[in-house]
Amino acid sequence: MDAVARAHEEHWGRLVATLIRVTGDWTLAEDCAQDALAVALERWPRDGVPDNPGGWLMTVARNRAIDVMRRAAVEERKLREAAMIEPAPPEEDDRLRLIFTCCHPALALEARVALTLRTVAGVPTADIARVFLVSESAMTRRITRAKSKISAARIPYRVPEGDALGERLPGVLAVLYLLFTRGYDGEPVLAEEAIRLARLLSELMPGESEVSSLLALFLLQHSRRHARRDAAGELVTLDRQDRALWDRPAIAEALEILLRTPVEGPYALHARIAACHATEGETDWGSIALWYDELARVQPTDVVQLNRAVTHGYAYGAKAGLELLETINLDRQVYPLVIAVEADLTARAGEPEKARALFYEAAAATPDGIERRALRKRADEL
Amino acid sequence: MKYMMFVCSDPEPETDDSRVPDIEVWVAENDAAGRRIMGDVLAPPSAATTVRVRGGETMLTDGPFTETKEVIVGFDILECADLDEAIAVAAAHPMAYGGRIELRPFANL
Repeated sequence: MDAVARAHEEHWGRLVATLIRVTGDWTLAEDCAQDALAVALERWPRDGVPDNPGGWLMTVARNRAIDVMRRAAVEERKLREAAMIEPAPPEEDDRLRLIFTCCHPALALEARVALTLRTVAGVPTADIARVFLVSESAMTRRITRAKSKISAARIPYRVPEGDALGERLPGVLAVLYLLFTRGYDGEPVLAEEAIRLARLLSELMPGESEVSSLLALFLLQHSRRHARRDAAGELVTLDRQDRALWDRPAIAEALEILLRTPVEGPYALHARIAACHATEGETDWGSIALWYDELARVQPTDVVQLNRAVTHGYAYGAKAGLELLETINLDRQVYPLVIAVEADLTARAGEPEKARALFYEAAAATPDGIERRALRKRADEL
Repeated sequence: MKYMMFVCSDPEPETDDSRVPDIEVWVAENDAAGRRIMGDVLAPPSAATTVRVRGGETMLTDGPFTETKEVIVGFDILECADLDEAIAVAAAHPMAYGGRIELRPFANL
């Protein structure tokens, strides 16, 4: 990767975050960061890359912002120039302020995701639009609208403190999680972006165990990205994956994070379950079932209950899993996964005929072609 | 920063089991802190009159300008540092429990 592209990836978030704090103007901040990178593109190949690329870019961007504001109204100029010359030393990293503001719950969830990608991660609007299946102009409007609301409603540019931090952090993590799952099986770039943001957040908030746990969870799930599909693009279930294709360094990093991170929330539990699946040799279903019991207590969603039934089926026998499955009240046509789970447990309970019919039923209710083929394959193998 | 706080009823309220705050306490606290500039309770929409001037002629309609099940039952004008402070004030209002509250910033033109 060339120096300017690398600088873009490394420094974009910090440039924009600091410029927003000193100018109070989101659009100006982005424009000046963009301008600074354009100047770098022109000068670095000719004059060489400066010793401190981040500092160089910040100076150029900041001078550009001062120029623009010199042309603005006198009164406003005086106010802002004062702020520019002697910016108050920030107590926390500006990028942390930026992340919390982009993920403010007064913004719609889709706007939070788009704004975080554009402003913190520096992903071009056209790319965000492509991933979320809308036109570039629609995505531009969505981002512009979010920025206008931040300014019009005066959403504060700060990291919440005390109880408010505990209330707001899960919302930030939910945005990252949504980004990751969007990228998990479709857009690897998004998954990588989510990992980068989680890594940044865990560096900025080292005391928050759920942040570190989320990073570990991402690393573990992402470590299987090359094994998740076969050569024909068909889904490969965990037990049939070629483990040589797993990303060992990513798994090692995740396990190291979990060693020093206490279990204090749902992401810690999800990460430990993912870690059990990433170990060599026989899968320890007993441990996984226990983690799921804990998870069902703190996060009793239908999906968690469903996975708990699966793990009980593996840990304590298919009958135990089927019994738990009966307690789940989900519409089977809307969630064909329920039928697939029953099919799998039934097969292992020694009733292949019944299981085959269930796999076909699940396939018929599944909209995604790849998943549907995977289910038919299971039926045909019985 | 000024915010208009529309206090609305909710036709299908989800009951909240937590203890609902007292309106007298809410008013006293926010008045004392200088966060509530003014506010009042409104008569029901059946007492509303909608006024328009078209072609120089004043036209009146009996009732509110929109037909919705939600009804604005009162309002408060807040002076807060930012949206987070306004949200905290709104979330402590008894009508946030069982009803709903809309926070609208002044446009500051």
